[in-house]
Amino acid sequence: MTATHPEIDVDAGKAVKGRSLWADALYRLRQNRAAMAGLFTLLAIALLSVFGPLFSPHAYDDVYWGYISHAPTLENGGHLFGTDGNGRDLLTRVLIGGRISLMVGILATLVSLVIGVAYGATAGYFGGRVDSLMMRFVDILYSLPFMFFVIMLMVVFGRNILLIFIALGLVEWLDMARIVRGQTLSLKRKEFIEAAHACGVGTPKIIRRHIIPNTLGPVIVYMTLTVPKVILIESFLSFLGLGVQEPMTSWGVLIKDGADNMESSPWMLIFPAIFLATTLFCLNFIGDGLRDALDPKDR
Amino acid sequence: MPDNSPATSNAAANNGDTAPVLAVENLVTRFDVPDGEVCAVNDVSFTIDEGETIGVVGESGSGKSQVFMSVMGLLASNGAANGRVRYRGQDILGLPPQRLNRIRGAKMSMIFQDPMTSLNPYLKISRQLNEVLVQHKGMSETEAMNRSVEMLDLVRIPEARRRITMYPHEFSGGMRQRVMIAMALLCQPDLLIADEPSTALDVTVQAQILDLMRDLKRELNTAIVMITHDLGVIAGLSDRVMVMYGGTVVEAGTVREIFYNPQHPYTEGLLKSMPRLDDSRRGVLPTIPGQPPNLQHLPAGCSFRPRCTYAFERCETEVPPLTRFGEDRAKACHLESL
Amino acid sequence: MLTYTIRRLLGALPTLLIIVAVAFFMMRLAPGGPFDQERALPPAIEANIAARYDLDKPLVVQFVLYLGNVLQGDFGPSFKSRDFSVNELIAQGFPVSLRLGGLAMLLAIVVGVSAGATAALRQNSGYDYGVMAVAMTGITIPNFVMAPLLTLVLGVYLGLLPVGGWGDLRHMILPVIALALPQVAYVARLTRGSMIEVLRSNFIRTARAKGLPERVTLMRHAMRAALLPVVSYLGPATAGIITGSVVIEQIFGLPGMGRYFVLGALNRDYTLVMGTVIFFGVLIIVFNMLVDLIYGLLDPKVRYD
Repeated sequence: MTATHPEIDVDAGKAVKGRSLWADALYRLRQNRAAMAGLFTLLAIALLSVFGPLFSPHAYDDVYWGYISHAPTLENGGHLFGTDGNGRDLLTRVLIGGRISLMVGILATLVSLVIGVAYGATAGYFGGRVDSLMMRFVDILYSLPFMFFVIMLMVVFGRNILLIFIALGLVEWLDMARIVRGQTLSLKRKEFIEAAHACGVGTPKIIRRHIIPNTLGPVIVYMTLTVPKVILIESFLSFLGLGVQEPMTSWGVLIKDGADNMESSPWMLIFPAIFLATTLFCLNFIGDGLRDALDPKDR
Repeated sequence: MPDNSPATSNAAANNGDTAPVLAVENLVTRFDVPDGEVCAVNDVSFTIDEGETIGVVGESGSGKSQVFMSVMGLLASNGAANGRVRYRGQDILGLPPQRLNRIRGAKMSMIFQDPMTSLNPYLKISRQLNEVLVQHKGMSETEAMNRSVEMLDLVRIPEARRRITMYPHEFSGGMRQRVMIAMALLCQPDLLIADEPSTALDVTVQAQILDLMRDLKRELNTAIVMITHDLGVIAGLSDRVMVMYGGTVVEAGTVREIFYNPQHPYTEGLLKSMPRLDDSRRGVLPTIPGQPPNLQHLPAGCSFRPRCTYAFERCETEVPPLTRFGEDRAKACHLESL
Repeated sequence: MLTYTIRRLLGALPTLLIIVAVAFFMMRLAPGGPFDQERALPPAIEANIAARYDLDKPLVVQFVLYLGNVLQGDFGPSFKSRDFSVNELIAQGFPVSLRLGGLAMLLAIVVGVSAGATAALRQNSGYDYGVMAVAMTGITIPNFVMAPLLTLVLGVYLGLLPVGGWGDLRHMILPVIALALPQVAYVARLTRGSMIEVLRSNFIRTARAKGLPERVTLMRHAMRAALLPVVSYLGPATAGIITGSVVIEQIFGLPGMGRYFVLGALNRDYTLVMGTVIFFGVLIIVFNMLVDLIYGLLDPKVRYD
């Protein structure tokens, strides 16, 4: 996959060198400044969240009695983001919260991916009555107030982080199933699949060479757009006190604490809010960029 | 250059009633595109007289539609027209929309290629017809309704009074084009511009629409511009023909002259590539080799040169101007005659 | 039209049934069962609940009985708020939530549509980019982040608006804005997109060729077509506003249904949570249906048979 873009010859008549679909998409993605900026910022946030706490002089649950709700300061080994109401270093907590939020985002998305792809591919592959029955079920699920069911799950089974992954994955698989089903259904009827069959290409090879690459684009795009959604729901639950529990933390929990103390200690709201908002912005930019890159006709 | 155009010759100066219905002088229409500028219409001049029918022929991309989009002020937002366009002596090019709207739809109207999408799918036909009369003639809704039904009768829509209350999707393609024609004729305009009115329709329906246009031409004293890529459409309908290529007029003349004595290689090619019933020749239908020109990078010299079988050195360097010859004829070609 | 409405209502029944069933059985799956409390309940309530849920009967029978009660609009007694039934709590909270949500919806439609449409008319202008940037922000930043930030700036620093409390209209402003903002943003983006598409369509060219004043072309011809996607978005928008109201009521301390719901969830007030979820579910289904009917009125191509 070459990243350099062959120059388009202005003189008409000279054919532009062909590029593979993926190289083409990569080129378009690289040209999208918002998406690239988003990608690098997100990488920075992710690296900071994963490795930052290791280098911090404070543990996320260290309590400094002399520094309760302290504004950002360089004293005491440095509290660059200040401290929270329990005298814990906010920077470390924001980074730890980032770990949780990003992990929830990725894992729940993977859960939704597995369920969605399996369900959608089955419906699309069998088609006919099975398909319409399966999709009718999805339609019904669509009209349910899912956020409330997730909350009910939390109420019933206790507030457990593993449960959050599963619950969010269970909620978010519907769109994925629809997308995969649509792709499979249309691919099945495509001439090039039939042609490959006719040429004696084996089924596994057809799936590997034709079906997967052609389904992959929309699935990748949708995955990138699912991550921010999931992060948002997790923060929402944590904000309401139904998600991650003390002393562990996530951005939603931190924002909730910040909102409660914003009049006296605005930094407690502002820093986690900035991190969450930036992450969501980045993911949306990357998702939009990928969509434009992989599906240029749908701009 | 306008004096070279045969059409302007029989047009008097722009004083009052004797002024032609439409006079276009040195029209240039350009579009801004991401990688530069496209010149869709390049220095086109012609006039249209009272009650006259003109056929405008050319391939897609020849600029034939854009000439009249410029005239009607309907260019896309990235387009700009320069030159002079006069309706009965009054300059209308670049007029602000409020002033142009006194002419558009009332004195000068236009119908389009695709009747399936040219009517508003969310409004009843009656609404779409009546609003024209309410706007231009100040009619009441009832007066307008009666007039609209008359008009639908005129374009031979059966059960007009009942069908006028329907929505466009309840009409067939041919019927929709009839509605479009009725709509265009509501205010008895001096000029009707028909942009490929039959192209998107089935062959039989095409014939019906062309018959209708022919009858309307007889019944009403409306000048008609028939824009088409199909010479056959023009044959029975037009008085004069203008052949366009690469944004310019390459040949003009009466319909008889153009058909029986084409003097531009492109016109000749078009005629030869037309299937004819009275032709005893057998075998492959001849075509014009090559592609229509890229308007962003026109070749030097004559724009038809790369596809022309008669081309010689002069064609490569010098753009042939549209030159009058004979009675009411003009061509843009370095050849003396074909 | 009437038959269509009836058919839609019947079609909504399975969804409704699923909502009630999921709510009911989920509660039954709760570890230890919702009715065997770690703490002993006051005997009066215990008796109430036992009678109410016919705990001695088989599970399926219990479900059918509960379903029957729900269909009659009876959600039973609250688990934790001793002197109240779930119905009473909903009756108390709903008017507040309705006012909040209704205003937010109104704001979303009015501001969203006008901002989106005007941006489309000046495509690629500074104004257009401005509207789209604000919309992007509104969509990306969740309202539980936006609400405290708005409060901090408008309420605390600038002192323009009251920070909390409930009473006159001034108390409504911040919650309504915070609740409406994501929806305003979505509606604006949707309107802009569809308006741009409509303005390029052939029938708008026809309207211009007819010499109609620009105002008529836009309002009569373009707007109606451009609004159709917005109308179909109103269903999801309702769901979004209901979900959002939960957190907004929490932040601003408004005595609405969402607040009761969260309190119920934090206190493990099973009956209250169950009742509220079913109520919200019904609300969303009914609203989706209304939206479909409105859509049908606007688009003549939709048939009711």
